[in-house]
Amino acid sequence: MPGLGTSFGRGGATTYQQDLQNSDCIVIEGSNMAECHPVGFQWVMEAKARGATVIHVDPRYTRTSALADIHVPLRVGTDIAFLGGIINHVLQNEKYFREYVVNYTNAPNILREGFQDTEDLDGVFSGFDREGRTYSTGSWQYEGAQVQAASGKRDQQYEKLQEKHSRGESAGSGGPSGAEGRPQRDETLQHPRCVFQVLKKHYARYTPEMVEQICGIPQELFLKVCRALVDNSGRDRTSEFVYAVGWTQHTVGVQYIRAAAVLQLLLGNMGRPGGGIMALRGHASIQGSTDIPTLFNILPGYIPMPHAHADEDLDSFIEGERADKGFWTEMRAYTVSLLKAWYGAAATPENDFCFGHLPRLTGSHSTYETVHAQREGTCTGYFLLGENPAVGSANAAMQRLGMANLDWLVVRDFSLIESATWWKDGPEIESGELRTEDIGTEVFFLPAAAHTEKDGSFTNTQRMLQYHHQAVEPPGDARSELWFMFHLGRIVREKLAGSTDPRDRPILDLTWDYPTKGRIAEPEAEAVLAEINGYDGEGRPLASYEQLEEDGSTACGCWIYCGVYADGINQADRRKPAKEQDWVANQWGWAWPANRRVLYNRASADPDGKPWSERKALVWWDEDSATWTGHDIPDFDAHMSPWHRPPEDATGGEALSGVDPFIMQSDGKGWLFAVAGLADGPLPTHYEPQESPFDNLLYGQQRNPARQVLPPGDHNRYHPTGSAPGSDVFPFAVTTYRLTEHHTAGGMSRGLPYLAELQPEMFCEVSPELARLRGLEHLGWATVVTARAAIEARVLVTERMTPLTVQGRTLHQVGLPYHWGGNGLTTGDAANELSHQSLDPNVHIQEVKALTCDIRPGRRPRGPARGALVREYQERAGITEQTGTEI
Amino acid sequence: MTRVFLDAPVLRTGLDRALRGDADPATLSGHADHPPRMGFFTDTSVCIGCKACEVACKEWNAIPEDGIALTGMSYDNTAGLGADTWRHVAFIEQRKPLAGQEPGVDHSSVNVLDMAAAGSGTAPQAAAMTPTTAGPDGAPAGTGDLRWLMASDVCKHCTHAACLDVCPTGSLVRTEFGTVIVQEDICNGCGYCIPACPYGVIDQRKDDGRAWKCTLCYDRTSVGQEPACAKACPTDSIQYGVLDELRDRAAERVERLHGQGVADARLYGHDPDDGVGGDGAFFLLLDAPEVYGLPPDPVVTTRDLPDMWRHVGLAALSLAGMVVGALVGRRG
Repeated sequence: MPGLGTSFGRGGATTYQQDLQNSDCIVIEGSNMAECHPVGFQWVMEAKARGATVIHVDPRYTRTSALADIHVPLRVGTDIAFLGGIINHVLQNEKYFREYVVNYTNAPNILREGFQDTEDLDGVFSGFDREGRTYSTGSWQYEGAQVQAASGKRDQQYEKLQEKHSRGESAGSGGPSGAEGRPQRDETLQHPRCVFQVLKKHYARYTPEMVEQICGIPQELFLKVCRALVDNSGRDRTSEFVYAVGWTQHTVGVQYIRAAAVLQLLLGNMGRPGGGIMALRGHASIQGSTDIPTLFNILPGYIPMPHAHADEDLDSFIEGERADKGFWTEMRAYTVSLLKAWYGAAATPENDFCFGHLPRLTGSHSTYETVHAQREGTCTGYFLLGENPAVGSANAAMQRLGMANLDWLVVRDFSLIESATWWKDGPEIESGELRTEDIGTEVFFLPAAAHTEKDGSFTNTQRMLQYHHQAVEPPGDARSELWFMFHLGRIVREKLAGSTDPRDRPILDLTWDYPTKGRIAEPEAEAVLAEINGYDGEGRPLASYEQLEEDGSTACGCWIYCGVYADGINQADRRKPAKEQDWVANQWGWAWPANRRVLYNRASADPDGKPWSERKALVWWDEDSATWTGHDIPDFDAHMSPWHRPPEDATGGEALSGVDPFIMQSDGKGWLFAVAGLADGPLPTHYEPQESPFDNLLYGQQRNPARQVLPPGDHNRYHPTGSAPGSDVFPFAVTTYRLTEHHTAGGMSRGLPYLAELQPEMFCEVSPELARLRGLEHLGWATVVTARAAIEARVLVTERMTPLTVQGRTLHQVGLPYHWGGNGLTTGDAANELSHQSLDPNVHIQEVKALTCDIRPGRRPRGPARGALVREYQERAGITEQTGTEI
Repeated sequence: MTRVFLDAPVLRTGLDRALRGDADPATLSGHADHPPRMGFFTDTSVCIGCKACEVACKEWNAIPEDGIALTGMSYDNTAGLGADTWRHVAFIEQRKPLAGQEPGVDHSSVNVLDMAAAGSGTAPQAAAMTPTTAGPDGAPAGTGDLRWLMASDVCKHCTHAACLDVCPTGSLVRTEFGTVIVQEDICNGCGYCIPACPYGVIDQRKDDGRAWKCTLCYDRTSVGQEPACAKACPTDSIQYGVLDELRDRAAERVERLHGQGVADARLYGHDPDDGVGGDGAFFLLLDAPEVYGLPPDPVVTTRDLPDMWRHVGLAALSLAGMVVGALVGRRG
């Protein structure tokens, strides 16, 4: 989550759902919280009962809108224009929280002279390499300093930092000098190159008129939202943003979140009760799956995965990635402790703690590149664990065609999902594009145990680990993921035993000795949790990541989880009822880091350490005991006084001052301007989606110039966009989403009768106006067409879908839930047949929230006629392999 | 038949007194030392339509799935209460403002009410769009008016429960909590209870013929647990508790909503003086009961039974008299 990570220092929700009750104004945007997080939504209802204003910004009027005070329908893919409009409103009308902004953000920091804004370059920032479609970010740095991002693309500083640190070593200074390391600040915010002025200039043209023209939001409605936010921010009041994948699934998704971060910093809402940014994750342990990642580009605790730089060793890796100030300075201790957890006695100072065993990145290896690698034949085996890409991933046909070119495929799930049966009954079999007898992929289906059938922890959307215990034995051959991975590793190691091949060392050196129990030899999940927590040289559990050492005397599987097994007690298993503790309830489960519930909560107090107001008190400096105290656990050095100022040559945590609430940041401040860490710009900028019915009104640059555009090939063709010829063949915007009644790609819900009967059929939602325009009948059938596919859906004509007026034209938007596929008790076409594979460049997430399409009455053609219809559309729109791949 | 009706405890021990609403139904049913009357208050103004109540109910009570079919009635694919649906969430799309709410939609270019043909009563198959109900006085309100009402319906556990009155086997009984349950091992499937229910709640299961409905989770409440639906409800739209306390809470809630300008807010089934003596499960609605598919003025269908039996008795007597008279006359 580099949007939050680069802005504040950590890639996780900055607060917790229960804290929503303390908010005075809640903006839910890019999230349909009542439908997708109904349990957490109780806290929105609680806030509402206490008088908060609830605003839902969404293309559709949903169950969330029904309970909101204000619903703001907007054109899909225009959230940055909307948020930028609010930022401009706050700046132009001097509504920002000045004392907060000056002290806690990088607003006063002065940028280098070479920086050029999108205002100067018509939609791109300085440093853009048109050839490689990437930014070199040197010109985004502060004057007189070279700082590192706390998250995101830290490797982009690699060359610079190598140079700097080797120079430092040769001069014998052992680190950056004060002059080099301290950004220059102008606390009057007047310097023309200070972040504040740059921000002001960047958003000056995001006026209410512009918002109306781009987003289709009437000015009066837009200003109503501005007023609600401004009136509910400041010393006495706080506002909170809630988002989910409605923001992330765009070619400029990370910058959506950045825009909210900029706004919340300007309004002074970060680190405070009822404030912050609540990132809602897609399902049960998604936060956990980035903390201890199933991602290709990070290691546990957001340590970057090393790149294949020549001769890179542990020292050069650390120097290339770490920061000079803030807690990321200790990256070596985190990395060495991780290697000790993985490689135990085999990891020694002499062999760089087995750093060489780690894989090296040679580029992006996201799920979408993997699919292309499958088609090219370079990826020949595939594990799917709780994943149904034949339904749930963008361009479902590409997913299946990739799998059809494998040697082997292992699917572990509760039931025979579409990703396990495409070879006999997938859409390509029906169309004749694939024949079962021609497919060489050997498919293994292994039944999975449910969470009730195994021990383990979930890390929920608010970074909180909650432990659960097995209730029953898994039936038949069903096994937990832990069982599968442990025994697979055990068997592989047995087969490799005695090998002298160096490439087998990374497997043979692993500590792989978890105790097992019971009839099926289930590994002890608590033993894994204890290893993740970490232990010292004597095997005693660690209590805090501050105890981690870089000499190999500590082991820790994930530094941010250090403390979850403090004192040998499973802290994630704590269940003290809410009634028996205060409203922060930090004795329920355990949240990273260090069980803090509201991150950056030092900012809930003023620079002198006093709460901004009694109403919004959270943590404060207690003069008598000379410690930070309060309702939450302070996210700050407990003994650092508000008036502490570090010596010029201090580094790491020591270099933070008493007014640096963002302790993971290399300058201790919230980043209005992301000096480093992002692939597509230091400031959020409105770009049209990959496919849009409109031109970018703000810049000549139509789309995110750094977005990833995967090869169109035969199956991933892009639409003409804006005013380009042929774009009117796909005149409508379409967005995909989920319903309360089903779960993601349906593997956990379409097979259950009690859920299937509640949403029994794939449908599309259209407005009465669009229904009339296209002759669609309520409960009849419609065919939705893109250059990738044609799918059919039952039609729901509803007033909840509203046409918008955008740039003087009427725009219709189509809604498509994406839960359906060919298997289960309720079946239907998958919405992801329609989507393409153009991605956000930071996190490689697909753009499925904003596409264009055509819609027509009736069912889709069967057999080869289906593909013929798509080709007819492609021809009519003049689509070639080049279409949509322009910068 | 006569014997059965006269043996029904409510009728025998004081229907008249009960109809005046001055006695606890559990007491009237012979529960001497019983806990306070328990019930549901369903506050539809905070319902988010998640249907967790429907699923929790089916899971806990092991109720079978009853049809996987798209209805077109907004997001309501359950359609109504029945033998296999003991909680039902209604979804009503309305061209009507909710006080203070800004829905943001604009349909000024079409007459959506024409498209929806009539109102919530229109069969979805015949509707050009999701059935929409009109604004006040039936006229299309402002172009930006829209609200989406959601409400979870359930058996009302009436103070005067006609289903119980007419049950010939004693399968339907009043519990010590004042709730009404069917004892499935006793039900003989006669089906008398079904037309007796003024709300159309209790229903016969097709494949076994017996009558089924909400038990207010008697197996949970009798061990101090709240019913499954209330437990699962994330926003406390469904509240379980002592009925008197719920009524107080509901009255405060209505008052508060009125203060916020939600003039349509009203209670339904809370009044001990209504036609069923008040419901054990009552509701806060945001529109007239008909909009939610609820009868506006339900009356216990057995209300007139004593009178009817009296009339029957009189008629029989006079008939007998006439017969006797006729015979006497003939002799004469």
